[in-house]
Amino acid sequence: MRNLMKYKIWYLAFSALTIIPGVIALIIWGLNMAVDFTGGSVFRYEFESTINTEDLRKVYSEKNIEVEAVVPESGNKYSVRTKPVDPQRNNEIKDAVSVVFPNAEQLSFETVGPSIGAETTRSAFVALSWAVVGIMAYIAFAFRNIPKPYSSFRFGVSAVIAMLHDALLLIGLFAILGHFKNVEVDGLFITAVLTVLGFSVHDTIVVFDRIRENLGKLPKTMNFEDVTNYSVAETLSRSVATSLTVIFTLSALFVLGGDTIKMFVLAMLVGIISGTYSSIFNAAPILVLWENHAAKKKK
Amino acid sequence: MNNSLIGLETTIGGYNLELFGGKFKKDLRDFKKGLDLKGGIRIVLEADVSNIELGERENALESAKNVIARRVDLLGVTEPYVATTKSGDQYRILVEIPGLDNVTDAVNLIGRTAQLTFKQIKPDSGWSEDRIPEFYTNPDLWEPTGITGADLKGAEVIVASQTDIQNQGRPQIKLIFSNEGREKFSELAKKNVNKPIGLFLDETGVPLSMPIVSPDLAQGLTDDPVISGDFDFESAKSLSIQIRAGALPVPVKVLEQETIGATLGAESVQKSFFAAGVGLLLVVLFLIFRYGRLGVLAGVALFIYSVLTLAIFKLVPVVLTLPGIAGFILSIGMATDANVLVFERVKEEIFWGKPKNLAIHLGFDRAWNSIKDSNISSLITSFILFQFGSGPVKGFALTLAIGIAVSLFSSIFVVRTFIEFSSIWGGKKNA
Repeated sequence: MRNLMKYKIWYLAFSALTIIPGVIALIIWGLNMAVDFTGGSVFRYEFESTINTEDLRKVYSEKNIEVEAVVPESGNKYSVRTKPVDPQRNNEIKDAVSVVFPNAEQLSFETVGPSIGAETTRSAFVALSWAVVGIMAYIAFAFRNIPKPYSSFRFGVSAVIAMLHDALLLIGLFAILGHFKNVEVDGLFITAVLTVLGFSVHDTIVVFDRIRENLGKLPKTMNFEDVTNYSVAETLSRSVATSLTVIFTLSALFVLGGDTIKMFVLAMLVGIISGTYSSIFNAAPILVLWENHAAKKKK
Repeated sequence: MNNSLIGLETTIGGYNLELFGGKFKKDLRDFKKGLDLKGGIRIVLEADVSNIELGERENALESAKNVIARRVDLLGVTEPYVATTKSGDQYRILVEIPGLDNVTDAVNLIGRTAQLTFKQIKPDSGWSEDRIPEFYTNPDLWEPTGITGADLKGAEVIVASQTDIQNQGRPQIKLIFSNEGREKFSELAKKNVNKPIGLFLDETGVPLSMPIVSPDLAQGLTDDPVISGDFDFESAKSLSIQIRAGALPVPVKVLEQETIGATLGAESVQKSFFAAGVGLLLVVLFLIFRYGRLGVLAGVALFIYSVLTLAIFKLVPVVLTLPGIAGFILSIGMATDANVLVFERVKEEIFWGKPKNLAIHLGFDRAWNSIKDSNISSLITSFILFQFGSGPVKGFALTLAIGIAVSLFSSIFVVRTFIEFSSIWGGKKNA
C-alpha cells in the first residue's frame, strides 16, 4: 500500500496555491455581481452583425439612462446593463434602438429593484450559513459512535473546512472570470456553489465512513494516520469513478447545452473536481493533523 | 406488435405502451414548463398597504391579487400565475404571464389600482328581468351614480337571519358603508326599487354583481345593505373579496420584472435535453467498461430511474426550469454514485477472497452506510436551498431532492432485484 498521507502537508500547500490567485482577484476586483444582487436593468439584444457598442450606449444616454456596461455575448448578441429602468419605458427604448439598428431584436429585459437585490444577497448568505451548520451537525451526529479518543466533532469540522475550500476556489475563479470575461455572479451561481458544497461533503463522508469502519476492524497497533491512509487508498478508485460519471454529464452539458447555463455548468464542473480533490487530499490530512495533535497533547 | 403481449414504442419525449391488449399513451413532452423555458413576462409588484389597518392587510392583499388575476385573465393567455408573498413586512404580488413579450402593456394593465363603482341603469335603457344577460354584457346600458369604492368600508359574508324567511341560513354579502356613503346609497336605493344596481370593478364592462333593490328599501336603509341570492359560501366569499378590493384599494408598484424571449428558452431546453442524453450515454458506457455485466444492469437501472423521475415531475407537477433540469442531471450523477459505491465494494470483497455471490450481497449491505450518510447530507442541502432560496433555486432544490429519493430506490432496490432474479451469477456461485 502506498503511503498517501506521507505528503499531507504538500496536498494542503497545493490547495492553498490554487486558492491564492482567486483570493487576490477577489480582494482587488471583487465579484462582478449580477442585477439579481445589486438591482438594475439588463436589456439583451440580437443584431444582424457585430455593432459598435458606442452607438448602443448613445441610444440609452439620449434617453437619460445611465449605462453601466455593454457586454458582447456569443453570436451577435449584446447585453446592456443600466441603473433600474421603469418597465413602462421599454417600448420607447425599443423604438429608439430600432431607429439606429433596424433589425435589432430585444431578447429579454429584466429589472430588479435595489431592495430585492439586497434581499437576494441576504438570503444567499443565510442559506450558506445554514448549509454549513446543517452539514456539520449531521456529520457530528452520524459519527457519534466513533471509538474514543477520536471525536466526531473533528470529523465534522474537517469536512466543512474541505468544503469551504471548494467554495472559496469557485468564488475566486469567478472573481477572475468576472474581471477578464465579464462573467457575472447570479442566483444560478449561488445554486452551483451550494450544490458543490453538497457534493464535496457527500464525497468526504464516503472517505470518513471508511475510516470509521477501519478504526474498528484494523489491528489496534495501527495509528490513526495509518488507518486513514489505508481508508483513503481503498476509497480512491470509487471517488475517481463517481467524479468521472458526474464530470461526463456536466461536460456534455457544457459543450452541448444552451448558452444560458454555460457558466452555471462550468462552476459545477470546477467545483466537483475540486470537491473530489479536497475530500481526499484536504479533509483526510486535516483530520490526521488534528487527531495527531490532540493525541500529542494528551501525552 | 399485434402478436405480442407487451409492446413498448418510444418516441422522442413520450411513449406508447401496449400491455395485454390495453393501450396506454403518455406524452412526456407535455411538462409544466417554467417561464424561462416557454418565454413570457414575470413581474413582482410591491403592494402598498400602509393606508390599511393592520388586521385588514392580509385581506386587502388577497383582494388586490384577485383583481390582478382577473385582469390577467382578460389577456386570454394560458396558465398565467398570480400569487401573493410576504417578505419581512413587505407585501408582494408575483405575476407570471407566459407567451407575452410586451412588458409595458402588461404593467399598464395590471399595475392600476382597483376602482369600484356603483352604477344604475340609464333611464332610456329600459329594464325587465328577462333582459338580465344583456345588462351583463353591454356597459352602455349603465350610468355612474357617484358612489365608488371610497364610500365603502368593506364587505363581509354573513348568514341570513332567522327572520329572513326567503334566504334563511344562506350566505349573504353585507356591504359596510361609511356614514356619508350610507346616505348616498340610501338615496340611490330609494330611486331604484325593483331595479338593479351594478357593481363594476375596473371599467371592464362586466358587472361583478347586479343585485335588484328589494321593495323594503323604498324608505331608505335601516341597516347595512346585504346582497342575497343563489350563493354558496365559496361564491359569496369570492364576491366579497372582489368588492373589498374596490373598498380597500391597494396601490402597487413594480419591484422587479423580466421578459424572456421564447426562442431563447426553447433553444436552451432542446440543447440541454440533448446534452443530458449524451451525458447519460457516456455514463452507461463508462459503467459497462468498468464493471462489465454489473454495469449493464446499472445502465438499465439508470434508464428506469430517468423514466420514474420524469414521471414524478409530471405528476407533482414540478415546474421545469433551467436550474431544475440541471438539478435533474446532477441527481443522475448521484444515482450512479450509489451503484459505484456498491460495485467497488463488491470488487473489494472479491479481492478479499469472498465468493462472488456472497461478495455481491456483502457489497450492498456494507456500502449502505456510505450511501445513506452521503445522500442524507445532500438531502439536507436541498432542503436548505428549498427553504431559503428564491424561485429558480427552489426549482433546482426540488428536482434534486426528488432525484436523490428516486435514485436510492433505483440504484439499490432495482439493481439488487435484478441481480437476485437474473441467472447471470447463478452458475458462478463457486467461482
